Amino acid sequence: MSDLMGTILDGILLGGLYALFAAGLSLIFGVMRLVNIAHGDLIILSAYIALVASGGLGLHPLVSLVIVVPLMASLGYALQRSILNRTLGKDILPPLLVTFGLSVFLQNALLQIFSGDSRLLHAGGLETLHVDLPAGVAVGVLPCLMFMVAVAVISGLQLLLYRTGLGRAFRSVSDDQEAAQLMGINNAHLFGLAMALSLSIVSIAGVFLGIRTNFDPSIGPTRLIFAFEAIIIGGLGDLWGTLVGGVILGVAQTLGAKINPGYQILAGHIVFLAILTFRPQGFFPKTR
Amino acid sequence: MMPSNLLETHGLAAFYGDFQALFGIDFHIEPDETVAIIGSNGAGKSTFLKSIVGLLRAKAEAIYFDGKAIGGNPAYRIVAQGISMVPEGRRLFPSLSVEENLLIGAYGKREGPWTLSAIYEIFPVLKQKRNVPATALSGGQQQMASIGRALMANPKLLLCDEISLGLAPVVIKEIYAQLERVTASGTTLIVVEQDVKQAMAVADRVYCLREGRIALEGRPSDLSREQITAAYFGL
Repeated sequence: MSDLMGTILDGILLGGLYALFAAGLSLIFGVMRLVNIAHGDLIILSAYIALVASGGLGLHPLVSLVIVVPLMASLGYALQRSILNRTLGKDILPPLLVTFGLSVFLQNALLQIFSGDSRLLHAGGLETLHVDLPAGVAVGVLPCLMFMVAVAVISGLQLLLYRTGLGRAFRSVSDDQEAAQLMGINNAHLFGLAMALSLSIVSIAGVFLGIRTNFDPSIGPTRLIFAFEAIIIGGLGDLWGTLVGGVILGVAQTLGAKINPGYQILAGHIVFLAILTFRPQGFFPKTR
Repeated sequence: MMPSNLLETHGLAAFYGDFQALFGIDFHIEPDETVAIIGSNGAGKSTFLKSIVGLLRAKAEAIYFDGKAIGGNPAYRIVAQGISMVPEGRRLFPSLSVEENLLIGAYGKREGPWTLSAIYEIFPVLKQKRNVPATALSGGQQQMASIGRALMANPKLLLCDEISLGLAPVVIKEIYAQLERVTASGTTLIVVEQDVKQAMAVADRVYCLREGRIALEGRPSDLSREQITAAYFGL
């Protein structure tokens, strides 16, 4: 029994990581209706940047975020202003194609530079630290930290979107791009800021991913799928819903893995498909 | 060019793809003047306003504002220089509350007399409804919010596109009464109106557009009904 509770707890906490994968993707889709197919690969890119920063400068991977976050944010702004803004318009196909191309490019560039060997970010024992809870359940410090960071990131995003002028601008552009220009908003710049914000969250997700599991250049697309699943299960447009979606996905995966280690990914997909069938709008859809 | 005009257009042309909607519009408005633009559907009235505010491309020298060539500038720059527009159909942001809609109008942080409290003074109903979503307002209230939102940018020149469309006469009267307070405070106003009578009542000068060209221009007192009908319908 305590074994089962431990598994479920692991799944819930894993949901925090999936929410971190998803939050940036959701933000970009919300603000500019852009589906970023390269999102997963950008997560892996951040993990590699953290690998270089922590290896080269001897920083703890979490401390390396002081380098990774600004670097990825700048990359996001530049990418949006130079390439992605040109793909936005009435047709939804160009951004899909261009970000798909970016995904292929990133995977191959990382393969070229770092080879296909699996890597891991060494966090000085943080990976294995445990706290013993009553009833014989043990819980990892790292998963707890990931979950708390996910809650903090989502709270921060909510505050930004609903309590600041910048958030108001993001929401108005999301509603009506032409009317937003009449407010004096430079949409191209605002989209750049949204992408910078998205890739800042991606950096945090990438570093946690790299501490938690092995990574290599090919695993980005699977992270993208997890992010999509968390968003759809939670209901499009609601960030707390995305966290719940991540938790449902995480629990499904850890329970699946408990039945048979090979079922981990499959169990997540099955639960996702079941929800898509019976509640296609997700649990907390934000209808406007 | 004469420096006394706040806005001038010289041979302004506008296109939607290959389709030409405006053919050489020569227009001017002096500071503190109120000008109405009338014309039937498709005459190019909205296109003219969109060109001024930068939503449609124009040649640099086609539009002068405050003595500077502004044609071809992006909308956000033109708004920053002091032109704001109340778009046709109001276009409030549905996911923002009434107050947030007003606040987003002040995004460019231009200094001036218009603040939240000044807007609430001329449209008190907006204060009562400030926390409801913009979509929960009646048509007239939405129009007030849209005007308030444009004023929050503290424009020197305010463009109003079809603000009386679909509203009850009593509401139209109320809105135009408040617009008079706005112009009295030193804001120059261009209104696009399908309601000719309304246009004649508020404007110092009137332009009538037909098929993308100016068909008639003058002071309401100088224009006869026959002249207007002829210009309007092209008889």
